[in-house]
Amino acid sequence: MAENTRMIDKRYDVVIIGGGPAGLSAAIYCSRGRLSTLLLERALVGGQIVNAEQVDNYPGFPTGINGLELTQQMHCQADRYGLETVYAEATALELCGTQKLVSTTEGIYTARAVIIACGSQRQKLGIPGEDEFTGKGVSYCATCDAAFFRDKTVALVGGGNAALSEALHLSRFADRVIVIHRRERLRATPVVQEKAFATGNIEFRLNAVVTAIEGEEFVSRVKLRHVGSGEESYLPVSGIFIAIGFKPNTDFLRGLLPLDEKGAVITGDGMQTAISGIFAAGDIRRNSIRQVIAAAGDGAIAAVSAEKYLTE
Amino acid sequence: MSKPVNIKEDNFDKIVTKATTPVLVDFWAPWCGPCLMVAPVVDQLAAEYEGKIAFGKVNVDECPQIAGKYGVMSIPSLIIFKGGVPVANIVGFRPKEQLKKSLDAVLG
Repeated sequence: MAENTRMIDKRYDVVIIGGGPAGLSAAIYCSRGRLSTLLLERALVGGQIVNAEQVDNYPGFPTGINGLELTQQMHCQADRYGLETVYAEATALELCGTQKLVSTTEGIYTARAVIIACGSQRQKLGIPGEDEFTGKGVSYCATCDAAFFRDKTVALVGGGNAALSEALHLSRFADRVIVIHRRERLRATPVVQEKAFATGNIEFRLNAVVTAIEGEEFVSRVKLRHVGSGEESYLPVSGIFIAIGFKPNTDFLRGLLPLDEKGAVITGDGMQTAISGIFAAGDIRRNSIRQVIAAAGDGAIAAVSAEKYLTE
Repeated sequence: MSKPVNIKEDNFDKIVTKATTPVLVDFWAPWCGPCLMVAPVVDQLAAEYEGKIAFGKVNVDECPQIAGKYGVMSIPSLIIFKGGVPVANIVGFRPKEQLKKSLDAVLG
């Protein structure tokens, strides 16, 4: 992707990288705290929750709230206090004395403090056919795409809570949902597992991995391998949903910060990282519970820590 | 000023298949957050490319057959038609500048 090497003149107090709930919450706190604040977002403000038609567990909304609406309101709130937003992708983060330089597709921004709130993305299987058929039968979001597989047979790869709740969602549209997991036992909590087992059109292929995704113009089948015996077989499906976990978006940091074994940023209680003046919030952090309210909480804490750092 | 036309089964032929200019068709649904975010961008592009490219929208809940015919399995999907045939397919939200590049490539 094209990197713009133009230095932006304006010096900011805080640059927030990522416009999901963590970044938006940090933006509200920083702007309201009279810090000159810039929010960088590479795609759409709101992050992954914009795909949720109804969020039922964000505190304060007893009848639920639409994910897009919730995050749009957060953005408006930050705008009210003078937030600047630039639509650009961060490509590197460097230090220059106490200044932080954020390289992006729109230029290089300078700030005294940075809050990294880039979130995570769905982990890929890394198998043949996966990229070719993305959008043509391969999906990473059941809530987004289930409607297109009405009365069809679909596979879902994964065994955790997220995977099973996606399977349950899919079962309302698809004729058959076949859950494929590489172990003997699913990782999801017992309550969630029971619900899935009790659903008539959800089937299970345990001890199995998907080794290839095949089809003509669209997905028509997946190749399976039994983990124990090595036996291979084909499963005819119209779609395959991949729900094997999330990968934090930390590649652009290029080793600047210590990351855990999953690539997540390690922080202290105040969202501070190993580098003074750099903070992290939301799904990019180690042990994130991947909930909007937690991201928003992290964002607020990071902002307060940043403010403290800037005034010391 | 030009706004995207609501496309259904009965006017698809006239607006897309028989169009003399390229046509961008925005496949969307009311429950799709990213679709609602790309809609104002498509509106702006419709005005900016008036006369050069036509713009239309297909609600996939109302017209599943059109969506199925063009293999739409994920929304938003912006399909650019030229001579009644798809020549580009952009799946997922994209910022305005990226969409302009795709439109300019079709005109080019």
